[in-house]
Amino acid sequence: MIFLRRQLPLLITLITGLLFAGQYYVPHPASEQMLTSATKWLQIIGGFALILGVTSLFHQHAVKIKRQEAGWGYSFVLYAGMLGTIAAGLWADGKESVDGAMTAFGWVYNFMMVPLQGTMFAILAFFIASAAYRSFRARSREAAVLLVAAVIVMMGRVPLGEYLIPLSGDVSSWILNVLNSSVRRAILIGVSLGAIALSFKIIFGVERSYLGGGKE
Amino acid sequence: MDATVLGAWVATGLTLLIFSFLYKDNPLFKLAEHLYVGVSVGYIIVKTYDTVIVHLVVKPIVENGEIALLIPVAIGMLMLTRYVPKAAWLSRYAFAFIVGMGAGLAIPRTISSFILKQIEDTVRPLMSMTGPDGLAFSMNLLNPGSNLNALIILLGVSSVLFYFFFSIEHSGAGRAVARTGVIFLMVSFGAGFGYTVMARMSLLIGRLTDLIEFSDASYGRPTIWLLILMIAVLFFLSRRDQEHPPDTH
Repeated sequence: MIFLRRQLPLLITLITGLLFAGQYYVPHPASEQMLTSATKWLQIIGGFALILGVTSLFHQHAVKIKRQEAGWGYSFVLYAGMLGTIAAGLWADGKESVDGAMTAFGWVYNFMMVPLQGTMFAILAFFIASAAYRSFRARSREAAVLLVAAVIVMMGRVPLGEYLIPLSGDVSSWILNVLNSSVRRAILIGVSLGAIALSFKIIFGVERSYLGGGKE
Repeated sequence: MDATVLGAWVATGLTLLIFSFLYKDNPLFKLAEHLYVGVSVGYIIVKTYDTVIVHLVVKPIVENGEIALLIPVAIGMLMLTRYVPKAAWLSRYAFAFIVGMGAGLAIPRTISSFILKQIEDTVRPLMSMTGPDGLAFSMNLLNPGSNLNALIILLGVSSVLFYFFFSIEHSGAGRAVARTGVIFLMVSFGAGFGYTVMARMSLLIGRLTDLIEFSDASYGRPTIWLLILMIAVLFFLSRRDQEHPPDTH
């Protein structure tokens, strides 16, 4: 039984890992076809992973309502939003518009989801600005560099900034295209090396936490 | 009522409910927040159902007879065994398949795109060919491809990588290189911060533009009426909280 519960999953990881790592080095139509199918398979399996997430959310709010915890009434709002959107989406076959005409699902997207999402992220502008006001003090040379770079980039992104400091647009582009990209590149190289090491550990069964705990 | 006019009222109302958080955390914001989560999850469910179940599973199987697609469906179903404690171990097959495939796909592609390609773009010739046998060193900072910028990028990448390399002590010359790396990192963090703030500002301008547009008489001036209503409700809630402070225990 331990073979089925513990060793077979590790064997599946080893075989699929080596197979798809090797696929990259086989420039044959069959290999390309395998990659196309595998990508499709991943999308399908990922769809089932969504069920796990949604049921978890449903369960969490059901418990909140059952125990009448603080703010349990909002859980009904969440349910109403979710079920209403699902009903509108299924009615419209998942399409936002048909022959140029907006469906009920498109209406929910345009007049509910877009304003909610846009405003939710827009209010972050206020909180980022207020946090910056409190924490952006040039206490050290490094903090001063950070502050100056942030101000130049902000000034360089708006016409008013460029009007007040004519060079800010060019300096902002230079910071973003040269200094920022060099740091992003270094971080990307470092993260990639870590990702490769982790991938090898997973394939060869050194890293097993993705299998979860529980009974062997 | 026209769907667009109704939409204008709903969009304006929801926008104002979220903006009410700028005053303080209040029940109106919480209502909009929970509605946002619900609508977003509902939207993702419908889109996933349409893309995955309808277009990737049902249609290919029914119309083209691609029976092999039942295999990923079966693997996906194994994930749901998590809800049956005695059979939960079966879900390991699904996770093993996904993780193994992901790890296998990642290794060569990461090496190629994120390591070799990035190193190739970093280690560029320090001089440019200008003619049959002429060499030049371009100093134009505004051209990201100039030789001077190539040198700066090389310095930035090397020093930042060195800063994150802890196998040797950062002392002497190593300390100077690590400090250079920190300066590059700080510039990048500052630039990232500035860029994010301006992106959020852009969203804010978009929402305010909509509010201004919906204050037009052709929509029934929802911005004005709903703003008055919201202020009244917030005032009422504030008075109620003063008279009956919420129990914090």
